[in-house]
Amino acid sequence: MILILLTMVFLLIRVLPGDPVLLHFQHPTEEQLADMRHQLGLDKPLWVQYFDYLFGLFRGDLGKSMQDYSSIGQQIFSAFPATLELAIFSMVIAAALGIVLGVQASKAYNKPQDHAIRIFGIVTYALPVFFLGMILQLTLGLGLHWFPVGQRFSPMVQTPLGLNVGSFHFSTGLYTIDSLLEGNIYKFTQSLRYLFLPSLTLGLVLSGVFVRLTRSNMLETLRLDFVTAARARGLTENKVTYSYALRNAFLPVLTMMGLQFATLLGGAILTETTFSWPGLGRYIVDRINFRDYTAIQGAVIIFGIFVSIVSLAVDLLYAYLDPRIRL
Amino acid sequence: MLSSILPGLSTLAKRGLAGWLIIIGAILVVVIVVMTAISPWIVPYNPTEIPSSPKILAPPSTQHFFGTNDLGQDLFSRVLSGGGVMLQVSILSVIVCLAIGVPLGLFASYAGGAADRVVGLVMDSIYAFPGLVLAIAIAAMLGRGVVNMALSIAVVYIPSYFRVIRSQVLSIKEMSYIEAANAVGAKNRTILTRYILPNIVPSIVVVATVNFADAILTAAGLTFIGLGVSVTIPDWGQDLTSGQRLLTSGAWWAITFPGIMIILLALGFTLMGEGLSELLNPRLEQ
Amino acid sequence: MSDENREKLHLLTVNNLTVEYWARRGRIRAVEDVSFSLDKGETLGVVGESGSGKSTLGLSLIHLVPYPGRIVNGTILLEGQDVLKLGKEKTRDLRGRRISYVFQDPMTSLNPVERIDSHFVELIRTHEPKITKAEAVTRAKKLFKDVGIQPERIDDYPHQLSGGMRQRVMIALALALDPSIVIADEPTTALDVIVQAKILDLLKTLQDRYGMALILITHDLSIVLERSDKIIVMYAGRIVERAPSSTLYAQTLHPYSQGLLKSIPNIELAEQKLTAIGGSPPDLLHPPTACRFWPRCPYVMEICKIKEPPLFETSSDHLVRCYLHGGEKAS
Repeated sequence: MILILLTMVFLLIRVLPGDPVLLHFQHPTEEQLADMRHQLGLDKPLWVQYFDYLFGLFRGDLGKSMQDYSSIGQQIFSAFPATLELAIFSMVIAAALGIVLGVQASKAYNKPQDHAIRIFGIVTYALPVFFLGMILQLTLGLGLHWFPVGQRFSPMVQTPLGLNVGSFHFSTGLYTIDSLLEGNIYKFTQSLRYLFLPSLTLGLVLSGVFVRLTRSNMLETLRLDFVTAARARGLTENKVTYSYALRNAFLPVLTMMGLQFATLLGGAILTETTFSWPGLGRYIVDRINFRDYTAIQGAVIIFGIFVSIVSLAVDLLYAYLDPRIRL
Repeated sequence: MLSSILPGLSTLAKRGLAGWLIIIGAILVVVIVVMTAISPWIVPYNPTEIPSSPKILAPPSTQHFFGTNDLGQDLFSRVLSGGGVMLQVSILSVIVCLAIGVPLGLFASYAGGAADRVVGLVMDSIYAFPGLVLAIAIAAMLGRGVVNMALSIAVVYIPSYFRVIRSQVLSIKEMSYIEAANAVGAKNRTILTRYILPNIVPSIVVVATVNFADAILTAAGLTFIGLGVSVTIPDWGQDLTSGQRLLTSGAWWAITFPGIMIILLALGFTLMGEGLSELLNPRLEQ
Repeated sequence: MSDENREKLHLLTVNNLTVEYWARRGRIRAVEDVSFSLDKGETLGVVGESGSGKSTLGLSLIHLVPYPGRIVNGTILLEGQDVLKLGKEKTRDLRGRRISYVFQDPMTSLNPVERIDSHFVELIRTHEPKITKAEAVTRAKKLFKDVGIQPERIDDYPHQLSGGMRQRVMIALALALDPSIVIADEPTTALDVIVQAKILDLLKTLQDRYGMALILITHDLSIVLERSDKIIVMYAGRIVERAPSSTLYAQTLHPYSQGLLKSIPNIELAEQKLTAIGGSPPDLLHPPTACRFWPRCPYVMEICKIKEPPLFETSSDHLVRCYLHGGEKAS
């Protein structure tokens, strides 16, 4: 299936109306066109291009940028960790928020609190993520000055360095982890400050799905016999809710995280643009503005591969955790 | 016409929460559509014209209910007429999806075999891909404009129609009245149109309403990235985009009102979708 | 002796208990105007078919009627205190400690992801926080001996035990805190016949040893005739007959009770006709204002179809809801 994906992306920029090279330039000369085509290998026959493309991917070569023929792979590689960090924090916020609200809603079944939470779930879905981002920027950022409204890190401080022991150097590209590896608490708090608004934005918009899922799972589980039996033994509601019911709702949440990942990446593009977050999303938007079509192709491929890997990982994790197999 | 709508509404209301969701959603949508349609006649100022002596970034007042933007244009007028683009894009994308997705789904899943598998594989691949990313990529290739936006959204959404139709067709195909029809020698085409199609219409309607809601949000997203329509056409997405630059000057009105309108329109469709899906596939909540 | 004092003498007194369920289609009265009393060490049998309201009655006694059901009327006096008026915390404390409940299906009543020992630990420590985990496990193992399970099984998960064993675990859990009353809801229905007898005997033995009162809820009249002190027969949410078991066996007055008795197979008779009671229970959504049993009653009279009979007292302690034994006679 990944193959189909890759083929589709390949065809995307070559088959759609409009020659990408032509579109790139404003007023090109014939020489410029031919030159670029040659540099990018776009003058070769289609099937040769296709194989070059696939083999290139295996080697990690994503082609050259139309802007300056630099390696797209390199650019993507440096932008990737920012998006990964945003994605992780957003997903965690979405799931945590979803679980907390979902549990609350199930306990207050059909009462006002339940309805309010369900409405919240529906409304967050209809919220354009960048609008929410802007509102948060206005209120929490510019209004209350609690959080910065753009960028990933303070320009006056050196970015987190990761682990440096003698000549051994290890960094993940995730500022939160790198600052901890470095042992620098100030950088850690700074990275969290910058991370907060963007991941809250993305997390809020995604949380609706988790709210619904947790709520319906809880309602189902709370109706089961062993829950009533636990209550009949006089166990506290807290114990019943958390030890008994929630344990059973957890696994579907995990699967849902995997399923929602694709949506998350889409939302990340808009969020990164809103907050000037230097990740893959903003990279794509920049490339679009520069009409750098080969770079766009490269970035889209990475998105696709990223989603496939995460889906696969979730499938494996689910098979491992499924109680029917373990217990 | 009104006399047939009212009894319809009361039947819906009797169906409990689901009915109310549909009613509220439909009201939201209808109000916005009407508002956009009659906007040329009710706008206090011309939404596309740039005034010669602009009052830049004026906060809401009695003269300008929603304030003005950085070009001095009255935002109230722009909000009234700004829904047009989104409505056009979403309607167009739904039409394309129906025109392509429904026949594709029907034929591929009814025919079965290789056709079903190949088409299914392509559809699954598209479906697994992050929708917004794909839409952005397609729109980037196609360029700006209503039609291009609609096409990008349509391509991303067709797999959803396909899946729903396929699962429905597969279950109906096994039912005995299809066998019976075959036994009396009915042509495939007839079976499809007279037996299967009417039964899958409810599911298609549900998917279509969600499609509308998604299309609106995606259109807004595309505009935000710069793949929308030309800057002068009044569009909520456009106002949001240009409004972002104005945030630091504290001009909250530049983004709030267009944003709320987008939410209301998307919400309208979402509520209808929720209500319809509840009606047609009632959840077993005792 | 005033009524009030007499009530205080009983361990449990239930007065005019009514429980309603609100379903989409309307209101169902699962239990209507039920009254009875229970003394220390006594065994009460509650008999009825499914839908008679007996399980709902059981759950009401610990104020655990599940949503969308609600107790709308009545008092449940446990040693003089109204259970229904206790606050949330006190009610929670009462459950498992003063009144225990043994559920019908042991397969679904235990937490599948928890070991048996943690069931006990959590139960005991919730009610008596000062007890350590080790002490709780010791107590559990002693209970295992009482109910006849090998103590090693305490480390198992529920699905590793047989049905009979799980039921014994449920009983052990019910006894862990030395309650005054144990309610057993169809304790043997999910088990096979041989195990059934064992479990019932076990309950009797434990009752002798621990001295608790027992409420046996079942559809099987034969069980309660032998093993209970008094019996309530329920039909469509109402008590239709109430008597000490010996009396009930000798004089089964209500036509429904008679029907139940006739449908019990007797292994000693060479030939017997088993008569099932014809018809089916009434729709509780629209209960007839007449006697609820009349469509199935072989002795139905005109008045039965018009007005529901009240409970007539034929002798001390024997109540019947039937015009055959009191009130206006047939016209």
